[in-house]
Amino acid sequence: MNIVVCVKQVPDTALERKLKPGDATLDRAAVDGLINELDEYAIEEGLRIAEAQRDAGADAEVTILTMGPEKAAESIRKALSMGADKAVHLVDDGLAGSDALSTSYALAKVLSGAGFDLVICGSESTDARMGVMAAMLAERLGVPQLSLASKVDTDGSVIRVRRATDEGYDEAEASLPAVISVVEKINEPRYPSFKGIMAAKKKPVATLSLADAGIEPDAVGLLSAATEVVDFAERPPRQAGTIVKDEGDGGVKIAEFLAGQKFI
Amino acid sequence: MAEVLVVAEHTAGEVKKATFELLTAARRFGEPAVVWAGPGAEDGQQRLAEFGAALIYAAADPGFDDYVVVPVAELLAQLVRDKAPTLVLVAGTAEGKEVAARLAVKTDSGLITDAVDLTPGDDGNPVAEQSIFGGATVVRSRVTRGTPVVAMRPNSVSPEPAPGTAEISPVTLAGQMTGARITGRVAAERSQRPELTEASIVVSGGRGTGGAEGFAVVEKLADALGAAVGASRAVTDAGWYPHQFQVGQTGKTVSPQLYMAVGISGAIQHRAGMQTSKMIVAINKDPEAPIFELADFGVVGDLFKVVPQLLDEIGRRKQV
Repeated sequence: MNIVVCVKQVPDTALERKLKPGDATLDRAAVDGLINELDEYAIEEGLRIAEAQRDAGADAEVTILTMGPEKAAESIRKALSMGADKAVHLVDDGLAGSDALSTSYALAKVLSGAGFDLVICGSESTDARMGVMAAMLAERLGVPQLSLASKVDTDGSVIRVRRATDEGYDEAEASLPAVISVVEKINEPRYPSFKGIMAAKKKPVATLSLADAGIEPDAVGLLSAATEVVDFAERPPRQAGTIVKDEGDGGVKIAEFLAGQKFI
Repeated sequence: MAEVLVVAEHTAGEVKKATFELLTAARRFGEPAVVWAGPGAEDGQQRLAEFGAALIYAAADPGFDDYVVVPVAELLAQLVRDKAPTLVLVAGTAEGKEVAARLAVKTDSGLITDAVDLTPGDDGNPVAEQSIFGGATVVRSRVTRGTPVVAMRPNSVSPEPAPGTAEISPVTLAGQMTGARITGRVAAERSQRPELTEASIVVSGGRGTGGAEGFAVVEKLADALGAAVGASRAVTDAGWYPHQFQVGQTGKTVSPQLYMAVGISGAIQHRAGMQTSKMIVAINKDPEAPIFELADFGVVGDLFKVVPQLLDEIGRRKQV
């Protein structure tokens, strides 16, 4: 089974993130990048499915696909050291500023060019937080979408998932090839072992330019975006509130505050 | 008058609050026409009329419930082609955003997710406000191509009633339904509490609750206030409370009228999920906890003393 896991390098969520004044895109240079935490669950799930396939005597391979600047190679390295077999890095200056629509177009181009049985995404990226990539890829690739999975089962031809809903979960199934996304806590992502880290250095990473992937330059990048930023501002700090030390009457004071605000 | 498509969120004929929020926002741009996928539009008709729906495009085929996302997105694309609306609004739930995503691809239209407000710009076209990077930055953006598709974050717009006719106009999906099949639906144990992302009050507990037993005090406070229960990541990671109640960067984003942070220090990842709350009250024993920077009212103290006293006081005030 040919499993492709889509991975994005994002700014560290523990640090302050800003938009650039010029083009209102995320200032990725200013903040350390790391692998989108929610993608680690996708990688782990891909590795587990591949292991189960191999145990059942089938061939299986996990490919990491990322689109992003050269720095994103760090995230590829991490994914390979977790155990993925190889990686494809779509890297081209022309991609900078791509929105979700054009990103999904570019990734779909690479995926349909390389072929796949199963594409796995994280539920969202921690920077843009749109949560749309699995749906967009499935739409563009014309294959079933089984997103927001909290449990995945596949025999290599049919895939069944528990799909998280507001009410609980749905059980859903489709034939492969398909695109799935997984929610946090579907599994416990493994830490790269020392052996894994050493092995990752020898694993193949193919870098593709727009031309290599057959991507129309006009269809990606900031100019292709179907939305634009009108303006942006840092949220003014909240007005300093009243902080009191509990002198044995802390609960009563909160009650008074809540009553004053008509909450009780 | 221009038509604005509003995708109804409904279960068992009951319309969800997010839909009334969308109708309220939709009226700023034209006549709201609700898109109702699945049976039961008649059951929702009266409520939709109360919030200004002019029309309901009702696709009563029960098959919509049997497939993941695809048929609803296809129905919307068909209506966008046939009715040429100026705007499509969906609720910014996980599934709503996926419907919006597929519609945006199908119609090659700009998509804005997690809008917390939507107002007409100088040219009358919608300008969306988003609160990004955990609420630290406010961005206003607009769609420059196609029919704008906007997913509004639930609880961002106050639903305001306005009379509408909500006339039902039956529609049918032109093609075959396709996509991954839904073979079963399992409802989680339904609590009596409001849904986390829709609640007007959220009471969240953090590491300071010390464990599953200690966390019970958070639930008690939530119930006394008619609130939803939330939890910080430390709590859900430790298994003290179920994961689906996590508020924060990788969990749910809430913006209730009142957010009470109980024993939560307020790490940046937690703030990302609650920073846009209208009013914030914090209880923490550490005076340096960053949550106090956000709090409108805070008490530095032991939550196991403060909260029980607060519960008593709420009880006493209810009796008066």
